[in-house]
Amino acid sequence: MGEWPLIAGQIFNGFSVASLYVLAALGLALSFGLMRVINMAHGEMLMLGGYLAYLTLQVVPGPLGILAAMPVAFLGAAAVGAVLETTLIKRLSARPLDTLLATWGVSLILQQAARNIFGAIGVDVRAPQWLNHAYTVQSGLLEGLTIPATRLFILAVAFAVMGALSLLLARTRIGLLVRAVNQDRGMAAAAGINVRAVDLSVFCLGTGIAGLAGVVLALLGPVTPNVGQSYVVPAFLVVVLGGLGSLKGTAIASLIVGLFSALVQILVDVSLAQVLLLLFVIGFIQFRPQGVVAVRSRALDA
Amino acid sequence: MDMSMRKETPLSGGLAGVTLGRPMALTLPVVVLAALAPWLVSAYELNLLARFLAMALLAMGLVLVWGQGGVLSLGQGVFFGLGGYAIAMHMKLAALADGDLPDFMVWSGLDALPWWWVPFKSPLVAILGVVLVPGALAALFSWAVFRRRVGGVYFALITQALALAFATLLISQQPSTGGFNGLTDFQTVMGLELGTPAAAHGLYWLTLALVVGVFVALRALMASRYGLLLRAIRDGENRIRFLGYDPTPFKVVAFTIGAVLAGLAGALFTLHAGVVSPALVGVVPSIEMVIWVAVGGRNSLAGAIAGTLAVNLAKDGVSSAFPDLWLYALGLVFVLVVTLLPGGLAGLVADAGATGWGKRLKTLIIGEAK
Repeated sequence: MGEWPLIAGQIFNGFSVASLYVLAALGLALSFGLMRVINMAHGEMLMLGGYLAYLTLQVVPGPLGILAAMPVAFLGAAAVGAVLETTLIKRLSARPLDTLLATWGVSLILQQAARNIFGAIGVDVRAPQWLNHAYTVQSGLLEGLTIPATRLFILAVAFAVMGALSLLLARTRIGLLVRAVNQDRGMAAAAGINVRAVDLSVFCLGTGIAGLAGVVLALLGPVTPNVGQSYVVPAFLVVVLGGLGSLKGTAIASLIVGLFSALVQILVDVSLAQVLLLLFVIGFIQFRPQGVVAVRSRALDA
Repeated sequence: MDMSMRKETPLSGGLAGVTLGRPMALTLPVVVLAALAPWLVSAYELNLLARFLAMALLAMGLVLVWGQGGVLSLGQGVFFGLGGYAIAMHMKLAALADGDLPDFMVWSGLDALPWWWVPFKSPLVAILGVVLVPGALAALFSWAVFRRRVGGVYFALITQALALAFATLLISQQPSTGGFNGLTDFQTVMGLELGTPAAAHGLYWLTLALVVGVFVALRALMASRYGLLLRAIRDGENRIRFLGYDPTPFKVVAFTIGAVLAGLAGALFTLHAGVVSPALVGVVPSIEMVIWVAVGGRNSLAGAIAGTLAVNLAKDGVSSAFPDLWLYALGLVFVLVVTLLPGGLAGLVADAGATGWGKRLKTLIIGEAK
């Protein structure tokens, strides 16, 4: 295998990792734009999605089990999100840093619960037959490049979610309300919009999408109690890089983070890649502190 | 940002703990009692107490950074680790003859000392390194972020990424860092035979003296004009900007002091515990450090010490008997303290004073009669 297939393979990997980051970060970014809070238990919504996929496949073992798992994971994670929002985040929304800490506590509890219920080692979700193969380039410049079908599936899911979400935000009445609250919370409330209901639905939507991401994640490796942690920290960096509550910003930032990590890993090992990614993020905010797409300035946030 | 802080007026002290020079009825007896601890408790308990007091140094730093400065750092473990590794590297090298390599390096097939290990052979470099390495990294890092006016939640998330990157790096560079096991098996430090009662007592008193010294120094700093401005920046950064101040250096200084204290804490902890490893410096330990301070009271130095002792004693008790239970308990403490008790134990004591029945208790503990 020459150099080109390796680089092309890493670029493809970058895109598929980016699509996971986008699914993980969308909920964070949307809620952050609306309420200025970060849910540290967001990674556990991925974990929950993974375990729900595992459970669904116990009930529906056939080739379509994974498709059945997606709505289950979405609704399950959204329901947990609803509980979290109404019991905890609502009370703390005026104190963003405290929300961070309190939701971290929730994340610890959820992880430990998963450890007690499913065991520390993790469970396997087997990809169905129709996803369990890979495409290999047989000739030409990229000879030897192998693309697993699961990774294509992840890309497809991410594109579908992004498409649906942008339609929802741009074309529907709900989307109109979300955009209004995102732009000016006080004005939206004064115009009679039920701001709290918008907060809640966006939060649930975000955790639901994270649950969906958990299903795809389960196809890549075992679902463990801390599977969410490894994806949620890059997702946080995506939020830092993206703009406030901007769909486009989140997508572009995910691509940047995904491609950067994948390409750097051609040259250095995974741990150094993490350090370089962090340096890159700090370097990036020197030039664009407001994020990739700035809906509003961060300078006068307080 | 935080409701509980709005009430504070610059001169009232209160939660901010800025009363200086008032006689504090409890402080002296507590310090004397703590100094007598080597004769009052068993060697094992003394070692635990020494570790927790070392951690309290870090916790007091968080009071300045988080409580006073409003800067939430989820990466204090990094600075704790840098201090710990600096002293640990020195102890590894000091035990060797010239040209020899630490055992784990030999096992992983290294034939020369990595260049960044070499200076730590000198005790002076190691001691300076404990303070300067975390301080320099923190100053550079926080300046790069704060100068672009990126703060608040963003800063917290970036510090968490820093903690993750640091721990992963330590684990993956096994040949030169000892990897997952970290550095351990120390014999002597600065001519002191570790493990003897004399060393244990001496290191304990050193830690206690530092805790007292830092307590007094931070109290003075918080009562100074700098402390006042730091709190003002916390409560309204833009207003302070409009008044003509640049908030960046204030926050950078606070963060750097916090990191230096964390480095000191890490070095002392390593001496007491006889080990430093990635398990002490990653994402989870870093955020646990914040909960010590949250429990004790983020604006109270005495609260931070009490919180550190309380949480770690509880951890020591609960996690050895019921390891599973500890994580549930810790998670629950996070949720409950932050939602219901943002002022921590110190806030509780202060509130009790405000409602009357506990006024004397409050005067006794906080040392403030207002």
